Amino acid sequence: MTNSFADFDKAKMFFIIGSNMTEAHPVAATFVKNAVNNGAKMILVDPRRTALAEFATMHLPLKVGSDIALLNGLMHVLIKEDLYDKEYVKSCTVGFEELKAAVENYPPERAEEISGIPAETIVEVARLMAANKPAMLMYTLGITEHTCGVNNVMSCANFQMLLGNVGFECGGVNPLRGQNNVQGACDMGALPNVYPGYQKVTDPDAKAKFEKAWGVELDDKLGMMMPAMFDGLGDGKVKGMYIFGENVANTEPDITHVEHCMEHAEFIVCNDIFHTETTRFADVVLPATAWSEDDGTFTNSERRVNRVRKAVEAPGDAKPNWWIFKEIAKRMGQEWESNSGQEIWDNEVSMLAPSMTGIKFSRIEGDGLQWPVPDLDHLGTPFLHKDGCFTCGLGNFKPAEWTPPAEVPDEEYPLVLSTGRRLYHYHTRTQTGRSGGLNELLGEETADISLADAKKLGIANGERVRLSSRRGSIELTAKVTPEVQEGMVWMAFHFREACANWLTNGVYDPVSQTAEYKACAVKLEKL
Amino acid sequence: MAQMKINGQSVAFEPGQSVLQAAQANGIKIPTLCYLAEATPTGVCRMCVVEVVGADRLLPSCDTPAGEGMEVITDSPRVTEARKAILEMLLASGEHNCLLCEANGECKLQALAYEYGLEAPATLPAKAEFPLDDDYPVITRDFSKCILCGRCVQACNEVQVNLAIPAPWGPRQDQEPDKGWFPLVDYENCTHCGQCVQACPVGALTEKKAKGKGRSWETKKVRTTCPYCGVGCQLWLHVKDNQIIKVTAVEDAQPNRGRLCVKGRFGYDFIHSPERLTTPLIKENGEFREASWDEALDLVAERFMEIKKEHGPDSIAGVSCARSTNEDSYNMQKLFRAVIGTNNIDHCART
Ligand code: SF4
Ligand code: SF4
Ligand code: SF4
Ligand code: FES
Repeated sequence: MTNSFADFDKAKMFFIIGSNMTEAHPVAATFVKNAVNNGAKMILVDPRRTALAEFATMHLPLKVGSDIALLNGLMHVLIKEDLYDKEYVKSCTVGFEELKAAVENYPPERAEEISGIPAETIVEVARLMAANKPAMLMYTLGITEHTCGVNNVMSCANFQMLLGNVGFECGGVNPLRGQNNVQGACDMGALPNVYPGYQKVTDPDAKAKFEKAWGVELDDKLGMMMPAMFDGLGDGKVKGMYIFGENVANTEPDITHVEHCMEHAEFIVCNDIFHTETTRFADVVLPATAWSEDDGTFTNSERRVNRVRKAVEAPGDAKPNWWIFKEIAKRMGQEWESNSGQEIWDNEVSMLAPSMTGIKFSRIEGDGLQWPVPDLDHLGTPFLHKDGCFTCGLGNFKPAEWTPPAEVPDEEYPLVLSTGRRLYHYHTRTQTGRSGGLNELLGEETADISLADAKKLGIANGERVRLSSRRGSIELTAKVTPEVQEGMVWMAFHFREACANWLTNGVYDPVSQTAEYKACAVKLEKL
Repeated sequence: MAQMKINGQSVAFEPGQSVLQAAQANGIKIPTLCYLAEATPTGVCRMCVVEVVGADRLLPSCDTPAGEGMEVITDSPRVTEARKAILEMLLASGEHNCLLCEANGECKLQALAYEYGLEAPATLPAKAEFPLDDDYPVITRDFSKCILCGRCVQACNEVQVNLAIPAPWGPRQDQEPDKGWFPLVDYENCTHCGQCVQACPVGALTEKKAKGKGRSWETKKVRTTCPYCGVGCQLWLHVKDNQIIKVTAVEDAQPNRGRLCVKGRFGYDFIHSPERLTTPLIKENGEFREASWDEALDLVAERFMEIKKEHGPDSIAGVSCARSTNEDSYNMQKLFRAVIGTNNIDHCART
């Protein structure tokens, strides 16, 4: 996020798109609701009428996958009616002319045709946004999990820059990160293109720096992203795989395909705390310490590096993951010095990642620090791009054209399946499924469908149904709910038998390689 | 900054602060029961009463704005008498038997009764006269211990804004009028976040899973970060005998300021599951068998070196973990880059 959670309850205006915050980021949602109770306005853009809709000034139930059309429509109105922040656009951004030309083709009527949101609503929202500044834009996976995910993100940024909302307290573009340490895993360079601290593997200076620090020669070719890795197992390009913690057999789209690929691997190692559907494919499984059995840090969505502490001893012979990697390195001929979470952070990460130079364990005993923290006296950065001065020069408008999801409903598969998380569980329930009480609070997955479709198909709430896509078929219970719009089915991926990923489509954004979890075509039958 | 006098001492306060906040900001303690810092004061318990020069009644400091030149006495005999009378009434009004109460040692009523030298009432009303809500999996609501302070209502409606506890004013329709009001929960709206439990000053609302597991003075409190979503809430782990027995929110901490959701508060005991992996496993003829660390690690290193030699470093790929620590992720990418020699390292950053 460019901004902080501390801004949420102070904000005066929100634009929340593709984020079911009350279930996926519940505590963040409480601050938004506090702000609304204090008079803030909120535009909620979501195909479903999620719990936040009760608090929204306006809820825009757009069609799945039409975000760019809607955002372009809004920007069209802002420019046409001369409501955008001209001063900001002139002094803080480049590329306005290209943006203007692109959104020219999205008059509200066309945006309505694509998104299903009435043209007059689009005009009204644009005017409301222009009149209430700054506004915080928040998005989550409803934006990124599309084949046009990157363009969705660009469009959110374009919209906020056009309004002059980036670089201020209670403004900005704020993706809420899904998992506890997804921010940190990126910051640490668990990505095929960057070293820790986002230093590019293709940059000779960065390469030289890490070669010196690690005392080895490094490769400057970009690595594979996850989808390519699995396809590589399938076609023999990849022989060995190390899977740390993730239950990819349930979390990746199109389970049948993923499992088929893993079956072809020559050698798979897993570090985990439990057996999962994924460890079945492993040749070696290494038992790791869990959360609260080791010392280290997590980095939250607002870039705050927080301590995680050891509170109990790990069971049996379980060992810290960092130790396991270090021991393998040793057996492959390298001795690494750091021998604890603190030593790794203080002596390596903070020495190598310039944005984290000022973060040491001794400084984050209480509240953590928000990077960038360039030196040991720096107090952290609650919001980025102060007053619109973008860290990499001027803010660059990158206009995007709307593109439909890769698979759209047709006669055979007439409904759109969109997926996400539910409040009481997390991912594949390896943790929440083993925490007392949570299974009782939510014991099974449901196919959430609209009243209209339920009526059409003669399905009553609680009846068993079969849901199928071109990739698979599952049986589960139908939940008939006013939350879901006609033509749409919504479900989560928490339960193995009724996991949405038997059905989801393994197609990806061409740049980010994020899968299109939010849209595929399905058919629903009463059992 | 404006000035006022508390107990004869001149203190500065910010306009808009209550007498209680002004006192607290200046290190002067006033006891409270119903006051919940993050919500609007309700002034229902009157434990925080003070004498204000010029006012004939005692005033609740939590609900009285500080004023320029105001003179306040927080601990006069009159104030002490009033507080004792309130405490006596509260102690006698419910089944306040500390012996078996989960809140023993953390209860505000118990602490104040001790501080003000009160004696236990001769008889207590029977538990059976009060509603007991023990039907849901993570929270027990035993209203025989409820002092009707309304903090749970504030926590639910104003802090979490889940609107699951109808407001306290007046008796509820489904209660006998003479039994008064109890903060019963509307489970249509309840998210089981436990914010009401955290707010309850006594043992009326308690965490079911912690029952009988340990007293506050036997536990060690360890601060950590929630293992679920990207908000990164700050938690206290209450630990006894190598077990986490309960989780509460760290008050005044960024980013969550004392709040948690159901997963952060109740999703902790998976680590104690008997299904945990406790020893390295090697697959042989399709079955896993137990192995020593040396054997397992040697095998991994050997296989990776073979594959690297035969097919090159790029034939090995790594999926890192977005749930584990930064230090673990750092070492994993270092293993791939510096040892295996490939940038084939990724994780589910995109999901
Ligand atoms: S558990 Fe949470 S939602 Fe339920 S009553 Fe308590 S505060 Fe309200
Ligand atoms: S249940 Fe607890 S917090 Fe709620 S009114 Fe009773 S004593 Fe107060
Ligand atoms: S307590 Fe809930 S909101 Fe907070 S980090 Fe954990 S899962 Fe997220
Ligand atoms: S604390 Fe002030 S009236 Fe209860």
